[in-house]
Amino acid sequence: MLTGSQARWWGCPPKAEQRIYFANHQSHADLVMIWAALPKELRHGTRAVAARDYWTKTPFRQWLTTAVFNVIYVSRERNAQEDPLEPLMEALHAGDSLILFPEGTRGHLDEPQAFKAGLYNLACKFPHIELIPAWIANVQRVMPKGEVVPVPVLCSVTFGAPMQVQAGEDRQAFLTRARSAVVALRDI
Amino acid sequence: MYQALKNLSATQQIGVMFIIVFGLLIVASLGLFLLSMREHEDPLMQQSHDTRLADLSSLLRTSWMMIFVFWVAWLAGDATRLVLFALGSFFALREFLTLSPTRQGDHRSLVLAFFGVLPFQYVLVGTELFNLFTVFIPVYVFLALPVASALANDPTRFLERNAKLQWGIMVCIYGMSHVPALMLLDFPRYDKKNAFLVLFLVLVVQTCMVTQHLVARQRKHRLVAPQISQTFTWHSWSCGMAAGSLLGALLAGITPFVPGQAFALGFVACAAGSLGHLVMKALKRDRGIPIWKGEGKSTTGAGGMLDRIDSLCFAAPVFFHSVRWHFGL
Repeated sequence: MLTGSQARWWGCPPKAEQRIYFANHQSHADLVMIWAALPKELRHGTRAVAARDYWTKTPFRQWLTTAVFNVIYVSRERNAQEDPLEPLMEALHAGDSLILFPEGTRGHLDEPQAFKAGLYNLACKFPHIELIPAWIANVQRVMPKGEVVPVPVLCSVTFGAPMQVQAGEDRQAFLTRARSAVVALRDI
Repeated sequence: MYQALKNLSATQQIGVMFIIVFGLLIVASLGLFLLSMREHEDPLMQQSHDTRLADLSSLLRTSWMMIFVFWVAWLAGDATRLVLFALGSFFALREFLTLSPTRQGDHRSLVLAFFGVLPFQYVLVGTELFNLFTVFIPVYVFLALPVASALANDPTRFLERNAKLQWGIMVCIYGMSHVPALMLLDFPRYDKKNAFLVLFLVLVVQTCMVTQHLVARQRKHRLVAPQISQTFTWHSWSCGMAAGSLLGALLAGITPFVPGQAFALGFVACAAGSLGHLVMKALKRDRGIPIWKGEGKSTTGAGGMLDRIDSLCFAAPVFFHSVRWHFGL
């Protein structure tokens, strides 16, 4: 936390164009990490997506996410009338970039869980926006299971090469490909 | 300059150096500030102006940092100095390892590196056990760490993982620890003015780097390794080497060397520093900080400790050992 997190722009330069970053999700700090890793000029127009039920529970959480990070809330409960992607599409129409955790929730394993469909739906509706996979490495490296002494390493966020939904690619195939693009960044 | 400097007393020498070095840095900072106020009508001109300024100010920050290193070395007592440099090593190593992800099986070796090798190396410097200090890392640690990794039972990319860790230790701990070690060299008839040796090293190396950078800005010559460095050409490198070694000869008065020796040692330090900087750039490119074509520059989230000290980490051990060998200390 002392010097923030290191960004490693492996597959693309940090450019100020509209993008959807999608990453693995392992801790609450992920949101801060990926945002801190972006250069200052980009933070302004980049908004993270957070679950409404969790992040509005206490006034502090709400203040943190609204005033500090300017996140977009999505509801996790399915509701017949409203499309959960609606607020995201609004933001994309307004020209903002998004940070998305397509697992939907935090994982506890080495590998991320299967991705949810939201990413695919957004990608289909906004084919001109680049999708950038990202791998967030943090707490697991500091102290793997079964060890007693922590290692002082910082968090790093590795950004990969932009990807797109290919012509005729179905939802499942795309989500699997997106997930493996994120996992592949772990070992770079 | 040599005779004039030599005839001054130690306190006077310090005063003169203080005025020259800090004066130059302040003038440069002021100049840069004034330049940053200028605005261009043409947005394209403005943009290139801005990138140049950002470039120069990062160079200036590094120079301030290097002088700060010297100043700390000068002011602090032996023990404080060692602790400060050890902390420097610690942060640099942490940054290096953040950039090169390790695997779970490396955990024990990492713990050893941070909490065993690092403090022990500085204790060796403090106790002036120079014979052990020079071989401790390249012999014992490099042979012992892979054992810890092997015992962790993870053969995946074993060689690569160990190479990463060993490079990190070599540069961040071994290289860095030679700077405070310079303070302990015992020259006859030099009444312990060793902080000047550190100043000599820092000034000479940084002059070489700045000159090289400024000359390369003209972009008239072919880049030697465009994939790695956007500033390294043989022309700019030789200009940097010349400037650094000449300054070395001029500064001979504050060192135990005669001008010829100072020139040669300055040359050695510059060569190690500037080429080491290139090697570190290559390492950083490999570790996922590429240069983006068209952008012409590398990108990191936080340009940290490593960027500031890498040339010094390469120059210090080479300088240290050439001095020891040449003067039979």
